[in-house]
Amino acid sequence: MAGSFRENVSIISQKRIASDVYSMWIKTDNIAKNSRAGQFIAVYSNDGSRLLPRPISICEIDGDNLRIVYRTVGKGTNEFSGYEAGDKLDVMGPLGNGYDKLDKKAILIGGGIGIPPMLELAKELSSDERYSEASPEIVLGFRDELFLQDELAAYGRVTIATEDGSAGTKGNVLDAIKAENITGDVIYACGPTPMLRAIKAYAAENGIECYLSLEEKMACGIGACLACVCKSKEVDEHSHVHNKRVCKEGPVFNAEEVEL
Amino acid sequence: MNTKVNLAGVELKNPVMTASGTFGSGMEYSEFVDLNKLGAVVTKGVANVPWPGNPTPRIAETYGGMINAVGLQNPGIEVFAKRDIPFLRQYDTKIIVNVCGKSEEDYIDVVERLADEPVDMLEINISCPNVKEGGIAFGQDPKAVEKITAAVKKRAKQPVIMKLSPNVTDITEMARAAEAGGADVLSLINTLTGMKIDINRRTFAVANKTGGLSGPAIRPVAVRMVYQTANAVKIPIIGMGGITCADDALEFILAGATAVSVGTANFHNPKTTQEVVEGIENYMKKYGVDDINSLIGAVR
Repeated sequence: MAGSFRENVSIISQKRIASDVYSMWIKTDNIAKNSRAGQFIAVYSNDGSRLLPRPISICEIDGDNLRIVYRTVGKGTNEFSGYEAGDKLDVMGPLGNGYDKLDKKAILIGGGIGIPPMLELAKELSSDERYSEASPEIVLGFRDELFLQDELAAYGRVTIATEDGSAGTKGNVLDAIKAENITGDVIYACGPTPMLRAIKAYAAENGIECYLSLEEKMACGIGACLACVCKSKEVDEHSHVHNKRVCKEGPVFNAEEVEL
Repeated sequence: MNTKVNLAGVELKNPVMTASGTFGSGMEYSEFVDLNKLGAVVTKGVANVPWPGNPTPRIAETYGGMINAVGLQNPGIEVFAKRDIPFLRQYDTKIIVNVCGKSEEDYIDVVERLADEPVDMLEINISCPNVKEGGIAFGQDPKAVEKITAAVKKRAKQPVIMKLSPNVTDITEMARAAEAGGADVLSLINTLTGMKIDINRRTFAVANKTGGLSGPAIRPVAVRMVYQTANAVKIPIIGMGGITCADDALEFILAGATAVSVGTANFHNPKTTQEVVEGIENYMKKYGVDDINSLIGAVR
């Protein structure tokens, strides 16, 4: 992995794309050009009372520019949502390992605010000459309000599940996969833990290789503080105790490797 | 201009070090900080065997601070000695190994294992609030503090720093006990025991229920305790608790600390330690201070 950089970046644009979901483009010196799908950045608050960075997945990479799509869930993300083009933010990245793109028919599954990293992954798969398979299946799970589905449709067939049945299959992403008879040889997924747990079981039952992007409360973001660990089958390289660091060895893990 | 300070015969090029548990063994931070610029690197706590630590979530942000209950996850002394010490030895900085244990024997194991290792000092953690046995259990009773200090001192080849807990009625009592036990240096403060409730999930924000509060929110408490302790003992003090910049560090030095540690602020800005070193130099230039030692305990 290339190094990480801490930069004071300018916001290029910010737009609300659902009632509590925002899309922000930032201009970076080194972060964007060293990033890949599945990695994340740490975004720091400009308010000194909030010390810890918010880990936010990379949604799109375009030259020196990076896009994040995030949900406002607390004071930090609410602060970010108030910024406009020209405002400055401290960020650090790229962080984490990102997705290994395999030459296998891919199913990309995003649940809620786990959807954004699927956009860059879909984009990278479609432009990667080593990926000879048909365009990926993209399965998105929403509570109700949709976002990013039109942009994702440029890179593959999009199937939608909503909890309230207002669009696509009523239910969760696995209900949609079964209803639409979606098949593939590798799953890349990001979303809430119960969804990832169900996908892990589904992949194991059906013999599908599966990579999950996990989330955990983080402090340093670079593997030093050992706050964001997950239970792993193999011993971890840091402490040799079956606790892999989500920020360092992850956030993307082989599903068989982690206990959820 | 002299920025060198002396801790029990160990000369530091400047008084700025890292606070245990926030900086690993420096590997991850070396991408952002020139470790050669630091007075010392204080490692994350290491035990005689690997410790898995606590369940997640292990941390939560609070106003001007954070609560952590990592639970001293660490690889144990063997891996640490093979991997972390050689890594740190590449740099021109002092190495202070933080030692944790669940029993007196655990501490002694680590201290003895480190006897012939090229490390400069040992910091004995008798103040971690996040492990059920050991840690703080040794740090809240003056008799226990004196006993463990004396036991460690008997075996240690390097100078011994005792890291004190603020979760006591009178920290000077513990400080005097450590001094009586033969401690060479004291470091304070460890985190304050705290709790945060997640009102949406209606549960504790960290899985351990309680955790250690750190960050700028605790700084005035820490400065006060350093001041009191400096007036109660003769041995040098390493001051810490919410240092985010040189101004904060200078408060501790003026209150009586010979050296300072930067902890939680590393999570906000990984370059903080180095910026504190530079900021102290700027302060000395601004006020025409020739020797940093003249600032130690200058506020009476």
